[in-house]
Amino acid sequence: MEHIRTTKVEQVKLLDRFSTSNKSLTGTLYLTATHLLFIDSSQRETWILHHHIAAVEKLPLTTSGCPLVIQCKNFRIVHFVVPRERDCHDIYNSLLQLSRTAKYEELYAFSYNPKQNESEQVKGWQLIDLAEEYKRMGVPNDYWQLSDANRDYKICETYPRELYVPRTASKPIIVGSSKFRSKGRFPVLSYYHKNKEAAICRCSQPLSGFSARCLEDEHMLQAISKANPSNRYMYVMDTRPKLNAIANRAAGKGYENEDNYSNIRFQFVGIENIHVMRSSLQKLLEVSGTRGLSVNDFLSGLENSGWLRHIKAVLDAAVFLAKAIAVESASVLVHCSDGWDRTSQVCSLGALLLDSYYRTIKGFMVLIEKDWISFGHKFSDRCCQLDGDPKEISPVFTQFLESVWNLTEQFPQAFEYNEAFLLQIHEHVHSCQFGNFLGNCQKEREELKLKEKTYSLWPFLLADQKKYQNPLYNPEFSPELTLLEPNTVSFNFKFWRNMYHQFDRSMHPRQSVFNLIMNTSEQNKQLEEDIKELEAKIKRRNGQSYVVLEKEQEQTAHPAPVALKSPPCFQKEQPAVPVSDAVRTIEGSNTADNRYSELASEFSKAEPAVVSLEYGVARMTC
Amino acid sequence: MEFAELIKTPRADNVVLHCPFHLAVEGTLCLTGHHLIFSSRRQDNAEELWLLHSNIDSIEKRFVGSLGTIIIKCKDLRIIQLDIPGMEECLNIASSIEALSTLDSVTLMYPFFYRPMFEVLEDGWSSFLLEQEFELLSSVTNEWRLSCVNKEFSVCPSYPPAVIVPKSIDDEALRKVALFRHGGRFPVLSYYHKKNGMAMLRSSQPLTGTNGRRCKEDEKLINATLRSGRRGFVIDTRPLAVAQQARAKGGGFEQEVHYPQWRRIHKYIERFNILQESFIKLVEACNDQSHNMDRWLSKLEASNWLTHIKELLTAACLAAQCIDRESASVLVHGSEGTDSTLQVTSLAQIILDPRCRTIRGFEALVVREWLQAGHPFQQRCAQSAYSNSKQKWEAPVFLLFLECVWQIHRQFPCSFEFNEQFLIVLFEHAYASQFGTFLGNNENERAKLKLPQKTMSLWSWVNRPEELSRFQNPLYEANSLVIWPSVAPQSLQLWEGVFLRWNRPSKFLEEAEVERINIIKYNKELQAKVNALRRQLAEMEADEEGREEP
Repeated sequence: MEHIRTTKVEQVKLLDRFSTSNKSLTGTLYLTATHLLFIDSSQRETWILHHHIAAVEKLPLTTSGCPLVIQCKNFRIVHFVVPRERDCHDIYNSLLQLSRTAKYEELYAFSYNPKQNESEQVKGWQLIDLAEEYKRMGVPNDYWQLSDANRDYKICETYPRELYVPRTASKPIIVGSSKFRSKGRFPVLSYYHKNKEAAICRCSQPLSGFSARCLEDEHMLQAISKANPSNRYMYVMDTRPKLNAIANRAAGKGYENEDNYSNIRFQFVGIENIHVMRSSLQKLLEVSGTRGLSVNDFLSGLENSGWLRHIKAVLDAAVFLAKAIAVESASVLVHCSDGWDRTSQVCSLGALLLDSYYRTIKGFMVLIEKDWISFGHKFSDRCCQLDGDPKEISPVFTQFLESVWNLTEQFPQAFEYNEAFLLQIHEHVHSCQFGNFLGNCQKEREELKLKEKTYSLWPFLLADQKKYQNPLYNPEFSPELTLLEPNTVSFNFKFWRNMYHQFDRSMHPRQSVFNLIMNTSEQNKQLEEDIKELEAKIKRRNGQSYVVLEKEQEQTAHPAPVALKSPPCFQKEQPAVPVSDAVRTIEGSNTADNRYSELASEFSKAEPAVVSLEYGVARMTC
Repeated sequence: MEFAELIKTPRADNVVLHCPFHLAVEGTLCLTGHHLIFSSRRQDNAEELWLLHSNIDSIEKRFVGSLGTIIIKCKDLRIIQLDIPGMEECLNIASSIEALSTLDSVTLMYPFFYRPMFEVLEDGWSSFLLEQEFELLSSVTNEWRLSCVNKEFSVCPSYPPAVIVPKSIDDEALRKVALFRHGGRFPVLSYYHKKNGMAMLRSSQPLTGTNGRRCKEDEKLINATLRSGRRGFVIDTRPLAVAQQARAKGGGFEQEVHYPQWRRIHKYIERFNILQESFIKLVEACNDQSHNMDRWLSKLEASNWLTHIKELLTAACLAAQCIDRESASVLVHGSEGTDSTLQVTSLAQIILDPRCRTIRGFEALVVREWLQAGHPFQQRCAQSAYSNSKQKWEAPVFLLFLECVWQIHRQFPCSFEFNEQFLIVLFEHAYASQFGTFLGNNENERAKLKLPQKTMSLWSWVNRPEELSRFQNPLYEANSLVIWPSVAPQSLQLWEGVFLRWNRPSKFLEEAEVERINIIKYNKELQAKVNALRRQLAEMEADEEGREEP
């Protein structure tokens, strides 16, 4: 690798991000072609994928060395101190180069080799089949059909080849409508609700300017509304704030004029654009990253960032959409400007509220493949996979995941997947380790031959399913098509600590109820099997003698002498029934970890040597 | 006085009850001396509401035509609405409720009339005696003694009859020290850290005044807790400026010249009306569902509630750190030593002492560090967040303590034998109860009211096996370690179980909790079954061997 000048630096310090007493770990830093690796003196490893690096910063030289701060897209922030400035400079330069990739082919996915053979690779990509998904929804049917208009990406480059439209929308109508829509993204089906016969459709903004009309587009909307036999009117949701939409008119774009379209109910829902979201997240991270933060600074910073307000706006829009369909049986057409950011958020969340399938592990993968990947959410630009325009970066997908997390908090039993699943997907949207999220649209992905050259993430997540299952999940919680109605009163929205402080261990509860329940639930399955096995064994033996069975009760009451007689069996008992220690990690914690900021100065006789020893949790607090 | 005089309309029909997130119910309303009773009288699982008058914080009345509406705001933060047909009935009922909920004589309170429907297995009044506590202490150290200098409550009216003090200090010295401390609250043992023999003492401020008075006995008393050559820490819960101002009024703080072995740390903890205002603001913010996000966050911030939580936790951690990490003895006090002092000493024990995280141990802590230590419950908990009275002695000091315990509980959910419900029940009973436990302001008053003879103790009820099972934490596994909570704002949360309890539907969350408990229970059953089967199999094998061998 031509970018790597120094591959190993020793005596590097890793500082605790929030510690006020300059607590640190000392270890060795390694630079590989794909990762930065830090191994501390107790052999704990910290791996950082180059693609995860959002920014590297070299701070002014200090007496202990040269500080290097690395911010990652998964919200990890590491603060190294490299003893020699030269080494620091080399690593800094290498990371700058390595974290900025100019060509897709240089991304990790193209070199990542998970030891799968070719047929496994192909099968992996076939795991999620969108044609199958539309069939599950109930299309094609009497009202909706598969259109071949975009088979060669001729009408819209950023849409997938396969699109579902109303049967009454002829090719000229489709073509005409696409010419009247930004980037050619004409109204197509996103989700079909078979019980209500209502549809979620999506598109981009119309090129209406101040007064332009397009008959084909008007016909298109009419076709959508007529494809719903149970309701005459349809909603058109413009997910932008009204002012933004009006401003767009001056550029020849804009929104639907209710007078020109028959039977539409037009509605703005006021979700801000990608630039507002980007700076909102930045503000949020600035606040949450502050050392010695006071409660009021945290709360006012949270407020000023606007982040939770945006999350609420997205979820409110989704609730509006879902209710229009479930309560009024009305079809809804959703758009924003280009129809690939806010539109994806609202359509996918709306469908998630309407259809419990998307609350299963497989269903959630399908939902992401459909509303995000296939409909051309620009993952490459938004997640900055290649070195590009920083103004294109925006946490739109992160907001989607956060909205889902909020729902899982309100409905703990409605989701098959857990928080770890959402975090893992977030990790890989940025990792560029799998092909799914590379590129900005399907056409680009085909050109990159991703299905031949890279692997799909989903089979790996499925293989690891156990980790991502919600032990509280109850499939009967919401039968197939019952609406999930979240409460969107402000106090229900919380700061997602496990996302934004994922790697700041000291901020999390020291004992996790979630992990305990996960493990116990897992153990229960194992125990159930053990019981079956044991019962079978006993049955077999009982063929030989019936007497024992009758004595069962008595025996269990006085087991000790029996057990003593037969050591081999008793020995087996212990490992098979894991003592709860394996499940429960009892921890104390560490004063130094818990930022009682003022204390450091109170105890003049603080001994740094002792403090760093204390890093191992619970060791000192017996 | 007869309660009947206060009840002009004892009963009204066709009353409609509105509770948040429940359908309105029509039924009959009855008033008794201590309860407001509403019954729907429906065949199907008739809905009944029994509300203690003493739980009512404030009432409002409105009229539309002849239909009157009474809005009742309770001390447990619940709000209910009653629609009562007939203006006169409504007015009568409203004025009765008002009068009955603000009875000024303690002896008219419900605990003096309450007769338990359960058999008393253990009298809670004698469950937690300081003598037992001292016995435990004596088994590990002989440096302390039980002093009965306050037997007649004459040395310190707000202390219990017996206190634990250093062995080397005699009662005569204690009497002198009492004169030197505000309200006679001389330094006593609050907690002994077995691990290193360090002690936490609590007291009130020393009365140094402007001319720097000193008291040799006081110095001797607290120095008696130090190891030779080691220093101790005085944690003053007031800022330095306030402590200095206190001198003008005869109060003060331990000056370095007279206490050279002690280092003073000022760790400010808010008190009285500031806390009460904070409480009122927080409840207001939580009760308004219409707030947009910005408004909600700024209201939450403006309430300062979580700031108080953080400050309090920090101070408690500081005290615990001095003891456990610095191996130093600690003396905690503010001004009177009945509020912030007790918050700090009791929370430090939650952090340090695994025993305080058991149900029994926590009850003992509440008795020892709050009831016997003379926290004036009757004054502090006279009203809750809805009252307009704004008396300066009302303050949610105990609620703050409970919330801090909850915050630590959130961070160490497997280290506590009790669950959140237990903390909520203590909150409710501190403000309104059928039990006498939280009546009175100190042991002196309780003795005068003859509470142990005339009322039932909360502990008699809570510690019954049937009740205990409701308060047990299924995840509990004894953790003998010191537990240091994180006080970063990102780690603190709003106590939804108290503040959002009545403001949102909680069905799904409760069901999820039941499911969690089921998983744990099921695990235990399975383990038992596997073990039984193994033993059965083992016996079979053994039998076979036995048969083969002869």
